[in-house]
Amino acid sequence: MKTAEEIFNQLKEKFENSVVELKSDKPVESFIIVNPLEVDKICLFLRDEKDLQFDSLMNLSGVDDANGTKEKDEKGLETIKGGTLSVYYHIESTKLRHKLTLKTSTDREKPEVVTVTETWKGADWHEREAYDMYGIVFLNHPDLRRILMPYDWEFGYPLRKDYKNPEFYQGMKVPY
Amino acid sequence: MALKTEEMVLNMGPQHPSTHGVLRLELQIDGEIIIDVVPHIGYLHRCFEKHAEAMTYPQVIPYTDRMDYLASMYNEFGYALAMERLMKIEVPERVEYIRVIMGELQRIASHLVALGTYGADIGAFTPFLFCFRDRERILHLFEITCGARLLYNYIWIGGLSHDLHPDFIRLTKEFIKDFRPNVKELNELLSYNRIFIERTANVGLLPLETAINYGVTGPNLRASGMKWDLRKDDPYSVYHKFDYDIPIGKGEKGKTGDCWDRYYVRVLEMEESLKIIEQAIEQIPDGDVTSAIPKRVKPPEGQIYTRVENPRGELGYFIISDGSINPARVKVRAPSFVTMQVFPELCKGFMIADVVAILGSVDIVLGEIDR
Amino acid sequence: MMYDWLYSLTGSEILAMFIVSLLPLFVFILPFALFAVLMERKVSAHMQDRLGPMRTGYHGILQTIADIFKLLQKEDLVPTATDKMLFNLAPLLAFIGSYAAFAVIPFSGFFIGTKIDLGIIFIVGVTGLVVAGILMAGWASNNKYSLLGAMRAAAQIISYEIPTLLIILTIIMLTGTLSLYDLSEMQTAYFWNWLILGGPAVGLQKILLIPFMILGCLIIYTSTLAEVNRTPFDIPEAESELVSGYHTEYSGMKFAMFFLAEYANMFAVSAVVAVLFFGGYQSPFGYLGNLLGWKWLIPIEQFSWFTSKGLFFVFVQMWLRWTLPRFRVDQLMAFCWKYLIPFSFVILLLVGLISLM
Repeated sequence: MKTAEEIFNQLKEKFENSVVELKSDKPVESFIIVNPLEVDKICLFLRDEKDLQFDSLMNLSGVDDANGTKEKDEKGLETIKGGTLSVYYHIESTKLRHKLTLKTSTDREKPEVVTVTETWKGADWHEREAYDMYGIVFLNHPDLRRILMPYDWEFGYPLRKDYKNPEFYQGMKVPY
Repeated sequence: MALKTEEMVLNMGPQHPSTHGVLRLELQIDGEIIIDVVPHIGYLHRCFEKHAEAMTYPQVIPYTDRMDYLASMYNEFGYALAMERLMKIEVPERVEYIRVIMGELQRIASHLVALGTYGADIGAFTPFLFCFRDRERILHLFEITCGARLLYNYIWIGGLSHDLHPDFIRLTKEFIKDFRPNVKELNELLSYNRIFIERTANVGLLPLETAINYGVTGPNLRASGMKWDLRKDDPYSVYHKFDYDIPIGKGEKGKTGDCWDRYYVRVLEMEESLKIIEQAIEQIPDGDVTSAIPKRVKPPEGQIYTRVENPRGELGYFIISDGSINPARVKVRAPSFVTMQVFPELCKGFMIADVVAILGSVDIVLGEIDR
Repeated sequence: MMYDWLYSLTGSEILAMFIVSLLPLFVFILPFALFAVLMERKVSAHMQDRLGPMRTGYHGILQTIADIFKLLQKEDLVPTATDKMLFNLAPLLAFIGSYAAFAVIPFSGFFIGTKIDLGIIFIVGVTGLVVAGILMAGWASNNKYSLLGAMRAAAQIISYEIPTLLIILTIIMLTGTLSLYDLSEMQTAYFWNWLILGGPAVGLQKILLIPFMILGCLIIYTSTLAEVNRTPFDIPEAESELVSGYHTEYSGMKFAMFFLAEYANMFAVSAVVAVLFFGGYQSPFGYLGNLLGWKWLIPIEQFSWFTSKGLFFVFVQMWLRWTLPRFRVDQLMAFCWKYLIPFSFVILLLVGLISLM
């Protein structure tokens, strides 16, 4: 069983620049912030290394940090410019019984994260959902398209904090 | 001259008697053999996560009920557990015991639905009614406690909404006494029936490595041979005080990880839940169930990921709080969502009738997948 | 015989023939179909620990009549993209195929529709029309599911006719007659003479025949169960896979025809099994009419024995439906071709050898 600090030190040795920092100040769990374009290599290392063996991806979720500047655009609706979108990975090892949380952040205007489907095939639909809800594009994903919304929904990404419902979708009135 | 066969695309559409809920399966078939299955979901998407950001923390609980509507107690349990760990609230022991009893009763009810509908899909109509007859008694127990049969709003952050009804323990003991012979009857009627075994053994094999890689948990993982149960491997609440076993699939009637194993693991789990309920009823202490409920739920800034053992697998709640009374992010990791991912792998190479058998054995609930 | 009695009563051939041919249909089959629907619902309900229809009439007796009224006034939906002639013709064919079989089944010593020599081969031939009706229904519905269901139904019925025929051949070989009336007459006087217990043979031959007859009875019961598409062989109507198979697109009276044809078929094959193996209309113990000296009582008794045997086998068919799950298509075919047919051949050979003794 390894703690987050030990794993952080081990990762920092191997990938100096990509692993940014270990944040453990807020309750309850501590997480390691990594570079969004190197995530797949880090995850592969985490899965295959003998004393880490993180063979199961428990959860992968997109989060809207809402830390940009709020401004009103031409129609008087609030939007957020700048700031980041994040992806959190919760992984665990069924053999060695330890858990870890990773976080990556990308720009809100052009969010891009490398996919981890080669490491854990279960990440496939989770990443599709993050794309559907937040617009985070996962590079090298085998089949990135919307999953919960209709396939031809062009009105934005629903879980972002500044999302507004459109008036009409295919002739049907949306807010009623 | 060779016969030219073409691939056909068959749609098991959103309305179909045996896709349990609104699920669209696009089958590419060659004669009767499946080449590929593409599941299309999203027909029941009700924007749970967006609603959760607009509500206060206690107001989210009725929404969590409605995700997996066949196991509502566990959804609330997971959410309340996550919030209590985030806010560092200590709940009275009586609350823990009652939560465990309700959770295990809910597990039995959910498995009864799964087994009954599975039999009905295969063509045996009678076990379906026997299972629902037993489930009615459990729903009656829930009804006298909190007034609702299916969606409870019972487990609150820091406690429960009502204490146990005075008749509850007596009725539960009667139920356990009547239920054990019914499980035996179900086994004789369905589990060891030759035709049922022919239909389900060696069909839809899930190898253990694939299951772990995809993140499959719960009875589906246990049927592939791994003894992994969150109640023992990552204990929460008072589960460490009880003595129960974890049934795994041993490949009795075919290979390990086939549909019969997934079905039979659920039958055995019902028996284990009965053991837990019996022990909990003996040991339950007195106390006040509403004493630890906070007046205003305002957790500190931070985040947490908690998981509980749903009847369908590992239900995870990832909650990020920014210090105000509304959550900043509530993400639910639904076990059926992950299982639907691995579903095409299970179906390749089998026949159309097998798709129905495999879908029933995997036990999905669309409310969870689409949230 | 009924025909002669009516002729002597009315003096006109045509009227006598008319009444004789309409009698089985209206006096027996239609009331039986009404009764069978209700029986199925009540039997299934009690087996599943519930009550079934209780509100229409006393304990739900008038339920089927209510159903008929409902089906009569339903809108007759015909989907636009279908082949209209085939679509309308298909239920008729299924109906005709089932009901025509009753022309040669002896209901009692006094009544049989027509006393042709062909008897049982006529039944086998005419029930083949049902296959044509099913295929037409599946094709004309213009629906992938219906087509799949109809193909499976056709394959199933045609395959399971073979064991049926082989066992029938065995009986024919043993008794030397094709006519069902003569078969029933041969099994007279006490159940010891019934074909399932060796028939009118004597001595060692009879004892040797018994196991083969019992096995033959089981085989023919199973294969006729497959011919009428009842669970465990109800792939063509498998509700959970194909949403009702070949009769998905039918509504109203046409659906009622398929429905009633199925129940008539069930009774027809039960009656055939009863006649072939269980003595037809013969009583196992002798007749009350003989005891009391009232000769007119005997046909009534025979009719009641025949009906009870038929109803018993229909009850067993319903019992099996609500207990067993369903076979998959390839398992069904494997069961027929790899198990039933070899066994039937062996029985044919061995019974032939024994009957030479």
